[in-house]
Amino acid sequence: MDKIAVSCEEPSLNSRIDPRFGRAPGFLIVDPETMAFTFIDNGASQVMAQGAGIQAAENIARSGAKIVLTGYVGPKAFRGLSAAGIKIGQDLENMTVRQAIEKFKAGDVTLAEAPNRMSHGGMGQGGMKGPGRMGRGK
Amino acid sequence: MKVTVASGKGGTGKTTVSASLISVWPGPAVAVDLDVEEPNLHLFLHPEISGQRNAFMEIPKADESLCSRCGQCSDLCQFKAISLMGEVLMLFPEMCHGCGGCISICPEGALSADVRLLGDVSWGHSEKGDFIMGRLRIGEAMSPPLMRAVKARLEDRITASPADVIIDAPPGVSCPAVNAVMDSDMILLVTEPTPFGVYDMKLAHQAFAPMKKPMGVVVNRAGMGNSEIYDYCKAENLEILAEIPYDRRIAEDYANGCIIADTSEPMRQLFTGLAEKIRQKAGREVSR
Repeated sequence: MDKIAVSCEEPSLNSRIDPRFGRAPGFLIVDPETMAFTFIDNGASQVMAQGAGIQAAENIARSGAKIVLTGYVGPKAFRGLSAAGIKIGQDLENMTVRQAIEKFKAGDVTLAEAPNRMSHGGMGQGGMKGPGRMGRGK
Repeated sequence: MKVTVASGKGGTGKTTVSASLISVWPGPAVAVDLDVEEPNLHLFLHPEISGQRNAFMEIPKADESLCSRCGQCSDLCQFKAISLMGEVLMLFPEMCHGCGGCISICPEGALSADVRLLGDVSWGHSEKGDFIMGRLRIGEAMSPPLMRAVKARLEDRITASPADVIIDAPPGVSCPAVNAVMDSDMILLVTEPTPFGVYDMKLAHQAFAPMKKPMGVVVNRAGMGNSEIYDYCKAENLEILAEIPYDRRIAEDYANGCIIADTSEPMRQLFTGLAEKIRQKAGREVSR
């Protein structure tokens, strides 16, 4: 059975799902039959001004996982994951990694046809005006 | 001499001051709108546009048949404009900053130069003198490369026929604002005596101070708010070159598209005095 990548807060099957795909602290790459797992650190994506979702998708593609379970995936990450042939189960949150895998194995996760988040261009642009973010652009 | 009219906070009166300075400036002056995200100086100067050209930035295009999937481009790109997704090479052209690194590093010669439209540069003439502006394409996020194209046009113009330059800058203290002020001879900070005006002017002052250019302050809407801006300028040895009174009449004239310096004799004198102070302050360190 294909390996499953789950966006998570810490390297444990009991970790809560982090619903943010690109900005999650890491991913648990789980073999759904044995529940054996490895952890991919996503810290480098978290600190990127932009392109976090693309970087995270690249990391998943490199891991060999063929399914992603997460909360929200933006359009660029969605394009990247789809191009690499990775299927996406989204809108998952408020549960542990183990619960998400069980839910998927029970056939209760619908694989997505389209991203469920609008593009927001990372942290470097948009309407935010606050300390260090005065004015517009970057 | 190049004077850039900047501010931390938006809406403090950069365009009001720029248009008025152009109107009263002694001698030839070119008006430049570098607020390419939302240019508006033309609404006051009404230039007749005589030329326009598109500005582009170099981005990569890929010949997948030559790509060996080595991933060097993907590892190099800090903006993820090019990414090796498993075995698939993907381009995200809107993320590209145009550094050309991926094209240089590709060992297979699989990447070559394509372009992305940034916006346009247009130029013309108003009764106040020559005019140049940039307008960012809707959806484009990066203004500095377009601003450089506007500035290149400006250099051609002032090389052909010497003139002073008044630049209307974008607000803020990030790359576009710094790009607007970085090669001027004098920075004019337009602010207002409100907590927001003070806070953002401090940021702008701190951001621009390392460039060690002469700086002066124009307090717009003087009479409202509090005295904090005056305390700050005094403590930092920032000279206040002019104060524009907080007056409903000025707001009405601005909203009607008037150049404030042209609306009354006292306003004309105010901006003539400001222009003179700018020339003295910048002239001390600039030889034309």
